[in-house]
Amino acid sequence: MSSFLSSSIGKKLIMSLSGLFLVLFLLVHLILNSFLMFDSTGELFNAGAHFMAMPVIRFGLQPVLFGGFIVHIIYAIILTLQNQKARPQKYASQNLGNSSTWSSRNMFVLGGLVLVFIVMHLMHFFVPMQITGEVPMKMVDGVEIHDGAALVKALFTTGTFGIVYTCIYVLGAVLLGLHLAHGFWSSFQSIGMSNIIWRARLERAGYIYAIFIAGGFTIIPLYLHFFA
Amino acid sequence: MADKIIKNLTIKVWRQKNAKTAGKFETYKINDISGGTSFLEMLDILNEQLINEGQEPIAFDHDCREGICGMCSLFINGRAHGPDDDITTCQLHMRKFKEGETITIEPWRAGAFPVIKDLIVDRTAFEKVLQAGGYISVNTGGVPDGNAIPISQDDAEEAMDAAACIGCGACVATCKNSSAMLFVSAKVSHLAKLPQGRVEASRRAKNMVAKMDELGFGNCTNTGACEVECPKGISIANIARLNREFLAAKIKD
Repeated sequence: MSSFLSSSIGKKLIMSLSGLFLVLFLLVHLILNSFLMFDSTGELFNAGAHFMAMPVIRFGLQPVLFGGFIVHIIYAIILTLQNQKARPQKYASQNLGNSSTWSSRNMFVLGGLVLVFIVMHLMHFFVPMQITGEVPMKMVDGVEIHDGAALVKALFTTGTFGIVYTCIYVLGAVLLGLHLAHGFWSSFQSIGMSNIIWRARLERAGYIYAIFIAGGFTIIPLYLHFFA
Repeated sequence: MADKIIKNLTIKVWRQKNAKTAGKFETYKINDISGGTSFLEMLDILNEQLINEGQEPIAFDHDCREGICGMCSLFINGRAHGPDDDITTCQLHMRKFKEGETITIEPWRAGAFPVIKDLIVDRTAFEKVLQAGGYISVNTGGVPDGNAIPISQDDAEEAMDAAACIGCGACVATCKNSSAMLFVSAKVSHLAKLPQGRVEASRRAKNMVAKMDELGFGNCTNTGACEVECPKGISIANIARLNREFLAAKIKD
């Protein structure tokens, strides 16, 4: 087992499985966020957020999710450092533009930027809602829940800050989309679930998924900024 | 039609005395090269010029000059085997270059392929990977025995496509991670697709990957650049198969 985890293919398997897990999480997250657009009162979103804060999810699934992120990040660092070491002397000129996509060559940079975004995102939403509890409470059907929708709307609509904040979120979504554009099909390739026929299908599915996720996370902040 | 003549070319080439000394780029001028000259012939002409001037000729690898031996290498203008597709450097012709162009020539760059002299790198690492499992241990008989075992056309074709690998190292040279996955996957695949090679498939995948990792090749990140620059057009579908073979073998352990 140890030789498996230390092998190059073993490490990539961990990258791909943790990546696919995070890919699934993104879908859940996007669906929940989309509640903000479908219900202007914010009640639907608040109910969804309240559901996600249930003990079983908060103490059962959340640690798994954080674990997934941490594993993905640690192995990305290990693999990237090893890959840097594998070529001690760089080329004076190397032209990779014709042979590979930009996002496939810059997964570590894209991932790093997405991580910066996630840290900011957690500080503004996750921490006040689930840790410090600074978010105002609201009574819904006799239960007191956090008014997350109000927090979201305030951040995206308040003056100049709202404009900057919206732009940051659109940028974050684009970076995430680029990361997914390579990451999605790549994870299947690393598991070995690809061949000449399926590669084209998986790449297409990856692009569609990346556009769907990036598009969704772009439309929501824009909608909130302009219409909320 | 006569080939066009390239009157002026500037060759910027990596010169390195031996494995221990640091190398640097030297620039040479070469004139009146016919477009029909192969790239290696152009280097031969340049070397003659250098010898006549009393300078040390440029050392580079070459053998068959027919595109099948895998001996020639060279990273030309930022691409393995130069600016053409599906060919080795010996099959590259000077008509691919423009009048007055500066051509940059570097050796393969990878920790696992140390430079021996000038443009020659030591590709023994590939031999070591093959020695770890790229063979069949038993006598598989003569030609009639080969025909006695029915093999589907698809499997035979895929095995032959993978067996087209000439072990030149362009995949490692191109890969931003200096990964040898395309080479190893081709060698694992062409045996794994055939019944004679199937017997040792698990052991082969494990041993060859372990050796590849040990020799300091990087980790594959599926950029796909290797298959584009491979002179034999080996597909990275083979890498997926290697991943499959390796994971299945490890699960069985």
